[in-house]
Amino acid sequence: MSDAQPLTVAFRGGGFVVDMRRWAPWLAFVVIIAGWEAASDTGLLPALFMPAPHEVLSALYALLVDGKLFVHIGASLWRIIGGWLIGSAAGLAVGFAMGIFVLARSVGLPVVAALFPIPKIALLPLFILWFGIGEPSKIATIALGVFFPTVVSTYSAVDSVPRNLIRMAQSFGLTTRMIVLKVILPGAMPGILAGSRISASIALILVVAAEMIGADTGIGAFVLAAGNLMQTDQLIAGVVLLSLLGLMISWLISRVEKALLRWR
Amino acid sequence: MQLVLEEVGYAYGDLPVLDKISFSVAEGETAALIGPSGCGKSTLLNLVGGLLQQQRGRIASHGAPPPGCLNPFTFVFQDFALLPWRSVAGNVALALEHHRLSRAERDGRVAEVLKLCGLADFADALPKQLSGGMRQRVGIARAIAVKPAVLLMDEPLSALDAQTRELLMEDLVSIWGRERTTTLYVTHNLAEAVRLADHVVVLSRRPGRLKKIVGINIPVSERSKPEHAAELQNLHDELWTLIKAEAQVADREMLDV
Repeated sequence: MSDAQPLTVAFRGGGFVVDMRRWAPWLAFVVIIAGWEAASDTGLLPALFMPAPHEVLSALYALLVDGKLFVHIGASLWRIIGGWLIGSAAGLAVGFAMGIFVLARSVGLPVVAALFPIPKIALLPLFILWFGIGEPSKIATIALGVFFPTVVSTYSAVDSVPRNLIRMAQSFGLTTRMIVLKVILPGAMPGILAGSRISASIALILVVAAEMIGADTGIGAFVLAAGNLMQTDQLIAGVVLLSLLGLMISWLISRVEKALLRWR
Repeated sequence: MQLVLEEVGYAYGDLPVLDKISFSVAEGETAALIGPSGCGKSTLLNLVGGLLQQQRGRIASHGAPPPGCLNPFTFVFQDFALLPWRSVAGNVALALEHHRLSRAERDGRVAEVLKLCGLADFADALPKQLSGGMRQRVGIARAIAVKPAVLLMDEPLSALDAQTRELLMEDLVSIWGRERTTTLYVTHNLAEAVRLADHVVVLSRRPGRLKKIVGINIPVSERSKPEHAAELQNLHDELWTLIKAEAQVADREMLDV
């Protein structure tokens, strides 16, 4: 060994690091929008089918000035919040029952499995027959669409609360009610909040679909009307509003998660 | 309280895990339960603590529980079983909140056991911020906060590294020096049994039967003294001879699942 070269190991553990460049997403947005603007200005994108970004901006500004912006956003928000609250409350109750009681689980799992895959928008015509063309039929569609994913996520969140914590609570003599309140509810909270992220995005999809089928106000109705009149600047403005609405909802849920899940 | 087990048997379906186990633990004494893995040690503990439905035999306790006792049979768990969303003080308080205690009395008990377990400075910390040893100190503090009559410890130090285990054994000895609680201590670590127990109950491999009860006459508080080292080492070796052959068989066993 004495005449051999000493062996050294070159560093080989680099890369594959989870890291972010803060400026990168902003730069990407700027590049995409600038490219879009340039393509529109040079006539590469036909103005009839795709408006330039500055036209979308001025359409948004016009909406803001004549107050229609708030009418449409208000109508959509009201339906989302109403439907989401009703669907979530019912879904939480059923999901908890299925997570805790054997009979509820035995009945609930197959029923949920059978009804979950139905695209809920297909039931809107039925709800219009039942509740009329007004708000209740739209809210019922959203509530039903939110209900099933909430049941599934709540049930699996309750199911994933570690058994040893429940046994610990039993060994100290806590009653079933106290175990549900002090162990299962907080333990299931991460899963429930992750589920509410999904159900909120479903509510956003359903509100647009429902408003396209039968409504005068709301972002869905606005986008549909703009399309019928070939007002693509207004159409894209409506889509931008939907994107902002979705971002806002997801930001709100992040705030709730930060506040409730500090222990993670 | 004195704990008496008579002919206790248990089976999971067709699989017998405990067969006619009889022994007793006198008031204030610590019995260590050892045996090869799968011999039903933890099953026996869960039967005593009411977390498993009893099937055969009798488990009884005699005598009055200590004053202020809220939960006569109280567990300390191997995996600590702390609620991750509650602070150290909150985890201890969980065992007290559903009892009729004034707020002052409850806070007093929490503060007292935290001090006793060396956790006074950690009252507001979350479990994730603590080392394994500190987490188990919280588990022990929670258990003694209810002033148990019988302490059921299910491999309480098995999830900890060797050095932390040494430190916690010293803590346990000093805590027991203050309040002598009847204790049933399940472990697979012979050093823990020899260090902490007044009697070592040796079980055979599945189905667990009582093999031998070995008494240790040196007071627990004096066992770290060098003059006892040789005798304790002999006891350790004696226990190892008792279970070695069975541990080897249990190690090579394949489970039908």
